[in-house]
Amino acid sequence: MPDLRERALTRDRPRPQPTLDDVEFFEATARGELRFQRCSDCQTWRHYPRPVCPECQSPRFSWELSSGRGRIYTWSVVHGPTLPAFRDDLPYNVVDVLMEEGVHFQSQVLDCPADEITADMQVEAVFVPLDEEITLIKFRRP
Amino acid sequence: MTHTGQKIQDRAAIAGIGRTPYGKALGRSEVDMAFEAIFDACEDAGISPREIDGIVRYDMESVDEEQLLAGLGNPDLSYFLGTGWGGGGAAAVLVHAAVGIASGMANTILVYRSRARGKQSVFGKASNLGGRFWERLDRDLPGIDKWHVPQGIVTPFHEMAMITKRHQIDYGTTEDQFAEVAVAIREHAVRNPEAVMRMPMTIADHHASRMISEPLRLFDCNIETDGACALIVTSTERARDLRHPPAVIRAGALAAGSHHRRLPAMFPRNRDEDSAARTGRRLFESAGLAPSDIDCAFFYDFFTSLVIIALEDYGFCKRGEGGPFVENGGLSWNGGRLPTNTNGGQLSEAFIHGLNNSLEAVRQIRGTSRSQVEGCELALVAGANTDPTGAVILRRD
Repeated sequence: MPDLRERALTRDRPRPQPTLDDVEFFEATARGELRFQRCSDCQTWRHYPRPVCPECQSPRFSWELSSGRGRIYTWSVVHGPTLPAFRDDLPYNVVDVLMEEGVHFQSQVLDCPADEITADMQVEAVFVPLDEEITLIKFRRP
Repeated sequence: MTHTGQKIQDRAAIAGIGRTPYGKALGRSEVDMAFEAIFDACEDAGISPREIDGIVRYDMESVDEEQLLAGLGNPDLSYFLGTGWGGGGAAAVLVHAAVGIASGMANTILVYRSRARGKQSVFGKASNLGGRFWERLDRDLPGIDKWHVPQGIVTPFHEMAMITKRHQIDYGTTEDQFAEVAVAIREHAVRNPEAVMRMPMTIADHHASRMISEPLRLFDCNIETDGACALIVTSTERARDLRHPPAVIRAGALAAGSHHRRLPAMFPRNRDEDSAARTGRRLFESAGLAPSDIDCAFFYDFFTSLVIIALEDYGFCKRGEGGPFVENGGLSWNGGRLPTNTNGGQLSEAFIHGLNNSLEAVRQIRGTSRSQVEGCELALVAGANTDPTGAVILRRD
C-alpha cells in the first residue's frame, strides 16, 4: 500500500515551536541576535536552554549575546533519505559547531562545498528567517 | 557493602524464546505479530500463556498489556512496566524482568517487541502506525527536536553520522573498519535461514553501497523490517524444570547519561562517563567478571560504527581501539576475537529493536545457534549506546 506511505509523509518544512523554556532564544534570533543562557552564579554558558545550570545547579541566569563565532566539531553530508522539505537541497551538510562560549550548536554551513568542510574550521553565525516568527541560525566561513 | 545490582544476580533465567518470521513488508499488524511471537515463546518454554503474571515491554511499544490480556486468557498481572529510550531499553527489559523475579513481584514475566516498521508498512499518520516515525513528524516541534530537525538533522542516522565522524576525527577510524563490522555480521546472516539479508557481502560491496549520511553508507545502517520477538523470564529454579536449559541472567545493569537527540549535551561529556561505559563498568564490577570472560557479544548494531564504539564502551578494548579490534574478521563467529551478533544482528537479520539479538544470545547459551560459538558459557547483551541504556550477562546453568 505505497499510497498510504505517501499520504502520511510530513511535507511541511519543520519549524521550532517556542515554549516557556526557550522563547527568549527565538525572540533574540528574530531581532538578529544570537543569545545563549549563562549562569549568573558560576558564569557557565549553556545550550540547549534549560532552567538550571548544569555546573552549579543555580536557577539564576541571563540570556547573553554570543560572539557568533565557533569551530566545526563534527559534521555529516546528507545524501538521503530525508523529509520532502529538504529533498531539493540534497546533498546537504549538517554540522555541530563548538561556539567560542563553549556550547555546541547544531546547524548547517552555507556556501561551502561538502569537501571543503574540515574539523576545527572557523565559522560565524548568520540569520536566516524561516517565517514571520522564526529565524534559524546558520553558519558561514568568515 | 554489596555492589549495585547484586540482588538480582543468578535469580532469573530466560526459559522461552519466540518470534514471527521477519520480512521487509509482511502486511501484518503489530498486535497480530505480537501474539504469534508470545505464543511461540510460551510453547518454547512449555508453559501456558495464562501463567504469565508479569509483562515488561518497551514504553514505545504500541501493543500494550491491556491489548494482550484478552488474547492471553486474561492472566492476573502483578507486575508490568515499560522501559524508555527505544533501543536503549533493549537489554533493560531483561534487567527489569530479573528485578521482577528476584523481588518476588512476579513468577513468569513476558518480554516482547512487535514492529511493523518496514518503510512500506505504513497505515496512517500517527507515529505508531508502522513505517518510519521520522517521516510523520509534526510540522511544529516543541520538544528537543526543535534544535536539529529544522536544520535538516531529521533521522537518527543523521545524528549517528555526526557521532561517527567525530570518532574518525579523534581516532582515525576508517570506512574499511566499518565494513569489517558489516561483513562479519552479514557472514552470520548468510548462515541463518531466518535472516532477511542473506547475500554474501565483501568489503568492496560495502564501499559500493550508496552513501546515506557521510560517512555512513547503506550497508552501515540497520535494515528496516517487520516482525516480533518474545521471551519468557522466570526463576532460575523453575527454569530448570522447563523444556530447555535455562539462560541464567548472571548480572544486569542500567545507566543514563547520553542521548542522540541531545547531541549538544552529549558531546561535551567524556564518553567514559556516558550511559554505555557506566553500564559496562557497573555490570562487570558487580558480577566479578571481566570483558575477557565473555564468549559471545550482542551489541545494539543499529550502525556499524556504533558497534566499534560499543567495544570501547564495554571495555573490550581501549578508547579509540575499536576500529583495529574489528579488523581481519574480529567479530566473526568462527575464530574472531569476540564473536558478535551471530544471528546477523540488526544489520542483516532483522530490526526488532534489539530483541532479535537477545533471542540469539539465548540460543548461544543453549548451544543451538546456526553459528554456534564452541563452549559458549557467557554472553553479553547490550542496548543502544547512544541512549540511556542497560546490559545483561547471560550464562549457561
